[in-house]
Amino acid sequence: MALNPADFAYLANYVKSSTAIILTPDKDYLVESRLAPVARRVGVNGIAELVGALRKNSSPHSEIGQLISEAMTTNETYFFRDVKPFDVLKTTLLPEAIERRSQDRTLNIWSAACSSGQESYSIAMTIKEHFPQLSNWRVRLFATDISKSMVERTREGIFSQIEINRGLPATMLVKYFTKSGSEWRVKPDLTKMVEASTMNLAGQWPLLPRMDIVFLRNVLIYFDLDTKRAIMKKVVTSLSKGGTLLLGGSETTMNVSSDFDRLPSGDSFYYKLKESAALPNSAHARGVRFGTSPAMTSQTLS
Amino acid sequence: MPTALVIDDSSATRMILARILTEIGYTVEKAENGADGLEKLNAMPKPELVMVDWNMPVMNGYEFIQNARALPQYDDVTLMMVTTETEIEQVLKALEAGANEYVMKPFTKDVIHEKLILLGLGAR
Repeated sequence: MALNPADFAYLANYVKSSTAIILTPDKDYLVESRLAPVARRVGVNGIAELVGALRKNSSPHSEIGQLISEAMTTNETYFFRDVKPFDVLKTTLLPEAIERRSQDRTLNIWSAACSSGQESYSIAMTIKEHFPQLSNWRVRLFATDISKSMVERTREGIFSQIEINRGLPATMLVKYFTKSGSEWRVKPDLTKMVEASTMNLAGQWPLLPRMDIVFLRNVLIYFDLDTKRAIMKKVVTSLSKGGTLLLGGSETTMNVSSDFDRLPSGDSFYYKLKESAALPNSAHARGVRFGTSPAMTSQTLS
Repeated sequence: MPTALVIDDSSATRMILARILTEIGYTVEKAENGADGLEKLNAMPKPELVMVDWNMPVMNGYEFIQNARALPQYDDVTLMMVTTETEIEQVLKALEAGANEYVMKPFTKDVIHEKLILLGLGAR
């Protein structure tokens, strides 16, 4: 049953304030399909009653608030999604970062909006396959998502048959996964590379380690221009000098941030932080523990 | 226009795979088992891609791959196993016999597209 305009507006305001995702009235089908299972789960009779329950307890930390926020985020992902970004990672971003960081032999790579973790593990497999020289470096793969359940899944590294069918080369399946019943588990030497935490890109950010490479793909498209600009400003401050950024195929920094140069790599491209935009690197910033600060566990939502 | 060969004893699967491949620009030949597949392979213009099921009568897909890989003229043909066999040992066995990729049934159109892009054979 469709929501009345007042309930839809209330829900849209709540979703925007908790996730910055914009719900326009033409997205009523999306609301219906995403929230019907939530209504069933919390035991109310339909989406209108769900919104009624939300009105009574609209804290983003309430169970109902979190379930709604999580349901309205899109978790479409697969291994080596779009392929080319991982070619860019292999041929340009990692070799450049290795050169930049050859003194302290540490690399920080961030998969922002990691969903169920396929991107993080694709990065990990790329490193294992092509950069054996990093075996004695400190390589940290940070994975964040607004959804607690997605973060948990990323941390566990367990995938269904449908998920491992998508984008994962068979050679890597046999090398980096084990089968347990109907599930496929990432081997521990990859899971131990990935540090997963909840984080709302549109909220207050925790203190992050300074990143060398950031994957921020297919997420800005869900936000309005002001939110995109605010997120990109914070991405700039999270990057180390010479740090690089990958966006989704339909995303651009144009009109969003002037702090990046768009550079070619093969038949694709990436974004490099301009020299003038870089903040001074500090050893402290690189060594920050991730996911344990109070700000990380208790976010202030915008 | 590139050509592909689809080998599966299920006419429904042959039809589905052929439709997916036709949509992205392949001319598709079909065969009902491995032996039929080898005959078609020899009779048709050299395909860019062969999709082959594992469990079929007469000659299974694993034997087809072994036979096809024994023929040097097909060294550069991409062989993709599309099967209900889902054990890791089977994947490894298919790769060792010369398969380039492996898809577990059931699959979706996206799965096939994503595998083809991985192989550099994506939408054209």
